[in-house]
Amino acid sequence: MKPNVLDVSGLTKHFTLGGGLFGRKKGVVQAVSDVSFSVAGGETLAIVGESGCGKSTTGRALLRLLEPTSGSVKLDGEEVTGLSPGRLQALRRNMQMVFQDPFGSLNPRMTVRETLMEPLLLHNVATGKRAHEATARLLETVGLAAHHADRYPHEFSGGQRQRICIARAIATRPRLIVCDEPVSALDVSVQAQVVNLLQDLQREFGMAYVFISHDLSVVRHIADRVAVMYLGRVVEEAPAAQLFADPRHPYTRALIEAAPRPVPGLRIAAEPPKGEAPSALNPGPGCAFAPRCPLATDLCRTTRPALEPAGAAGRVACHHSETAAGLSVAEAPPQSPQLAARLAVMARARAAQASGTPA
Amino acid sequence: MTATPLLDVRDLAIEFKTEGGAVRAVDGVSFSVDRGKTIGIVGESGCGKSVTSLGIMGLIPTPPGRYAGGEVLFEGRDLLKMSAQERRGLRGGRMGMVFQEPMTSLNPVYTIGAQIIECLKAHGMRNAREARDRAVELLDLVRLPSPSSRVDDYPHQLSGGQRQRVMIALALANNPDLLIADEPTTALDVTIQAQILDLMRDLSDRTGAAIMLITHDLGVVAETCDDVVVMYAGKVVERAPAKDLFDGPMHPYTLGLMAAVPRLDTDADRLETIPGAVPPPWAMPAGCRFASRCPLATDQCRQSPPPLREIATNRLVACWRAPIEEIAA
Repeated sequence: MKPNVLDVSGLTKHFTLGGGLFGRKKGVVQAVSDVSFSVAGGETLAIVGESGCGKSTTGRALLRLLEPTSGSVKLDGEEVTGLSPGRLQALRRNMQMVFQDPFGSLNPRMTVRETLMEPLLLHNVATGKRAHEATARLLETVGLAAHHADRYPHEFSGGQRQRICIARAIATRPRLIVCDEPVSALDVSVQAQVVNLLQDLQREFGMAYVFISHDLSVVRHIADRVAVMYLGRVVEEAPAAQLFADPRHPYTRALIEAAPRPVPGLRIAAEPPKGEAPSALNPGPGCAFAPRCPLATDLCRTTRPALEPAGAAGRVACHHSETAAGLSVAEAPPQSPQLAARLAVMARARAAQASGTPA
Repeated sequence: MTATPLLDVRDLAIEFKTEGGAVRAVDGVSFSVDRGKTIGIVGESGCGKSVTSLGIMGLIPTPPGRYAGGEVLFEGRDLLKMSAQERRGLRGGRMGMVFQEPMTSLNPVYTIGAQIIECLKAHGMRNAREARDRAVELLDLVRLPSPSSRVDDYPHQLSGGQRQRVMIALALANNPDLLIADEPTTALDVTIQAQILDLMRDLSDRTGAAIMLITHDLGVVAETCDDVVVMYAGKVVERAPAKDLFDGPMHPYTLGLMAAVPRLDTDADRLETIPGAVPPPWAMPAGCRFASRCPLATDQCRQSPPPLREIATNRLVACWRAPIEEIAA
């Protein structure tokens, strides 16, 4: 078994509202509460959930872009929380981030070369001529060309910019990359290119990914393991195949059923959960999902369920996970033969094109 | 069928003036929608789907925009030939609109009730009491919890999903015959998206309104639409009933899109991609606009644009190579 790159235990991030010099404290937003997980080298852990569930806050707290309120984050066994600023910066060489918005996360006044050189010089990975060569190599690694180095971000499309962000993240050969919704702003065909690139890079360099996303189908494709968050807590965690085949938490099930699928008439029967997530300002004593849950009982409303082992290799926080496991998930019909035949023609033509012979 | 369709778009073309000359964002788009039906317009960013919907509503700013041809027939009358005042009477009345951004399409300084009442009054309702009752009724229709008290809420007091419900209530205020929804659920979470899509389906069943849904999400189309128009680089490349389209897409671009969507039910090792990118609008190729990304492209494809032709009953496709299963292995 590979040693863990990342070990997180009891990670908590609360934001105080109000306060200020003379203000009164108005309350505490419990953005992330008691989150624990670990990620092995070369593994992808996906964190999924809806807006406000704390998945991005978790990602930022891992890198200490936000200071955690309590809990422990270990990168290769070294405690990240409580490190001095100097040591933290050195450690950032091993943990990098890719953000959702490729338009906002690149400095518009810096050329691509300057953007990519910055981490190289800052962490003494390469200097002078070697740094320039490294920049060119990085661009080629992410599917751009060396001559792109002297251009500015506005000259690139969204997908290309995200490639630049990825090049910047892998420049220092980190052990861990936190990807916060890296493909959500991209078109479907471009999204597929970037997802493939992330997977290729992981195979080549063996980095661990924490992949934060709201899109279950992308997660299903890229993740080895999946943690589902609801209102600041992990409600279920399992290997991807197990989670999608046998979801134990009613919320996980609801998420899977609500995801639109390109199969007409498949989901019409399923009833989406009613209502919306309660406020993180005052989550109450019981299970946070209870007000929307079809299985909720009085026990759920008064006692918060603990995260306990479930299934072959998962954990779930639900008083009724056995009942939830019994329900079936709507299955998609197999691909129509017509569609399969046409896709095969396309695939053959592409292969012929790639090998240089006309179709 | 002899009845005139509710909306009949014929050969619509819209241009924008830019520094580099006129750019044709929508080029010869045709489709029609019948009462009670839902039509989906799908495509990726820049394919012209939003410009098409704005064009139909007469909301293209001119200049820099310009209608460069075609007709938009609403019950047989050409919207493009109406006066601005006549068009304004239709919008918000018989033609409702829902936009993507529920955060910015509501006025933050008025209560949601006031905004719905304004819309009712603009279209002829005189009695204030009656208008307020109707506003509450509409909020109840879109299943906003406790509508009689929330009618006095300001937009910032509502969540994203609730604001989108208010937008739909606004669009439905005057019992429209046509509801145009431009990415209505894109900014929302999946469970909320499912609620909103359910709501739209239900409303169209009950009121008989036609819906035109603009989206980039094939999953949303599969769940809601009767017919689908696929657009690429300002042109319609394929048009078909939804079931047929998903069972057997004809155009290589549609096929590429379907293969690129990761699936929940299967775990392919690698996602299919469409290599390359959409040609920029100022450098459109002479032939098929997808040719440079298409593995099946021939010299004919590169030289002359394929017309949208009916290849089977109700199946229209703009591709010289279709049906592609006849291409020898």
